[in-house]
Amino acid sequence: MTSDLGFWTLQALNALQLSMLLFLLSIGLTVIFGLMHFVNLAHGSLYAVGAYAGAAAAAVGGFWMGLFVAPVAVAGMGVLLYSGLIKRMRRSGPMAQVLVTFGLIFVLLDLTRIFWGDLPLAIEKPGFLSGRVALLGIEYPAYRLFVIALGLAIFTGLAWVLGQTQVGAMIRAGVDNDAMAACLGINVERLFFTVFCVGCALAGLAGVVAAPLLSVTPDMGLQILIPTLIVIVIGGLGSLKGAIAGSLIYGFVQTFGAVLAPQLASVLIYALLAAVLVIRPMGLFPAKG
Amino acid sequence: MLELAAVNSGYGETQVLHGMSLTARAGRVMAILGRNGAGKSTTLKTIMGLLPRTAGDIRFEGQPIDRHPYEIAKRGIAYVPETRDIFPSLTVRENLELTAKRFGGGGWTMDRVLELFPRLGERMANGGTQLSGGEQQMLAIARALLMNPRLLILDEPTEGLAPIIVQLIHDKLQELKAEGLSMIIVEQNFGFATSLADDVVVVGKGQIVWEGSAAEIRADSDTQHRWLGV
Repeated sequence: MTSDLGFWTLQALNALQLSMLLFLLSIGLTVIFGLMHFVNLAHGSLYAVGAYAGAAAAAVGGFWMGLFVAPVAVAGMGVLLYSGLIKRMRRSGPMAQVLVTFGLIFVLLDLTRIFWGDLPLAIEKPGFLSGRVALLGIEYPAYRLFVIALGLAIFTGLAWVLGQTQVGAMIRAGVDNDAMAACLGINVERLFFTVFCVGCALAGLAGVVAAPLLSVTPDMGLQILIPTLIVIVIGGLGSLKGAIAGSLIYGFVQTFGAVLAPQLASVLIYALLAAVLVIRPMGLFPAKG
Repeated sequence: MLELAAVNSGYGETQVLHGMSLTARAGRVMAILGRNGAGKSTTLKTIMGLLPRTAGDIRFEGQPIDRHPYEIAKRGIAYVPETRDIFPSLTVRENLELTAKRFGGGGWTMDRVLELFPRLGERMANGGTQLSGGEQQMLAIARALLMNPRLLILDEPTEGLAPIIVQLIHDKLQELKAEGLSMIIVEQNFGFATSLADDVVVVGKGQIVWEGSAAEIRADSDTQHRWLGV
């Protein structure tokens, strides 16, 4: 089967689709970390909340309604989290932050259980995305192509905002040196808040986008957390480049590992992680050199 | 223009300023001199709100100063730190635009700072870290000027620079002084500082131990020896 070109195309698309999903999650986490030095372990839970909020909205108004509601709802939750918890925790050191956001994972897990129960939910794909598309000699699910396209579109949009606009320059300046950025009249705290909310919205978007592919369960946030952390450690903290590179590496290693060397698949990515940590402890593209 | 009255400040548990009081006057250049660890940089960081003030009062143009660095910056105080703090992820142009685009409407424009430092004009597309030490200093000053500040404070502008660049920075600051820009300069280079400054204060152990004019300190070898080790 490995000599068949179609096989490689199929797996490459699968890898790309997984990468894009991870990218949506890791970009928020990594920029929040780079800018605020804040470890938000509950980022995965926001993804789960996004999936549930999306599923609930989709049940009423269809998929597109879900796709719109999920990021907005999770961004709203980000506002509550930030003003209620994170703002106070900003100076309390990584250990306290890890403990609090780790606790938050379980709070959110149980809240989703109480609201929506333990049974997996599903979201119907919209009609025109439910079929398969002939592409490069294979038939590929249209919805997965949509996920890839969405991920690429978000990446392009973020690359433009971060690289070409004044707000992007302010964010990069804040990641480089927040004290100096403040001395140039930038309200770094407000910038943090905005970035945090955008990061939350992207996590929510990832949740609702993943929902038709995976089933929506309360622990989906926990399951995605470790891959997301691996992505940002491999890619390097705080940078867009790191998030996309880490996501692609994870997606491809995981997908091809699973089909080419199934016995090794679960070890492969961790071995890669260890290698990166030994050779480039700051990751491949850290925001700070 | 800027008054510090009995200010205490420091790093965490370590108090560095013990009742620091000084007055910088509008349209004049004040040099803050003193040995390493006397509290010169700490004074500037406290003015900018980068270090928490635990006692005392700071007033800028008669009004109490804010606690947040970004509000202090918006009040019209621009800061050029000892480490220059050029943003490495930004190009030279972006470093400049960061302030140029948000503090427009004053006398300082992009064209004018590039006229002041033509060297930066050739480097606009370079990354912030690809610059030499002297160019970084020029960029830090240019970036601060684009805030159209009423008070410019500089921490050790000559540190680590070649003599020819020190001379250039000196001449440029002299031009700014001639235009009437108020400045506070912290400096180890005694000759540089006293040739630029109108007023001089000497800091020792977190307080002002000597005050006078630049001419007076140049003539006062006793003070120089005692507090500056010159």
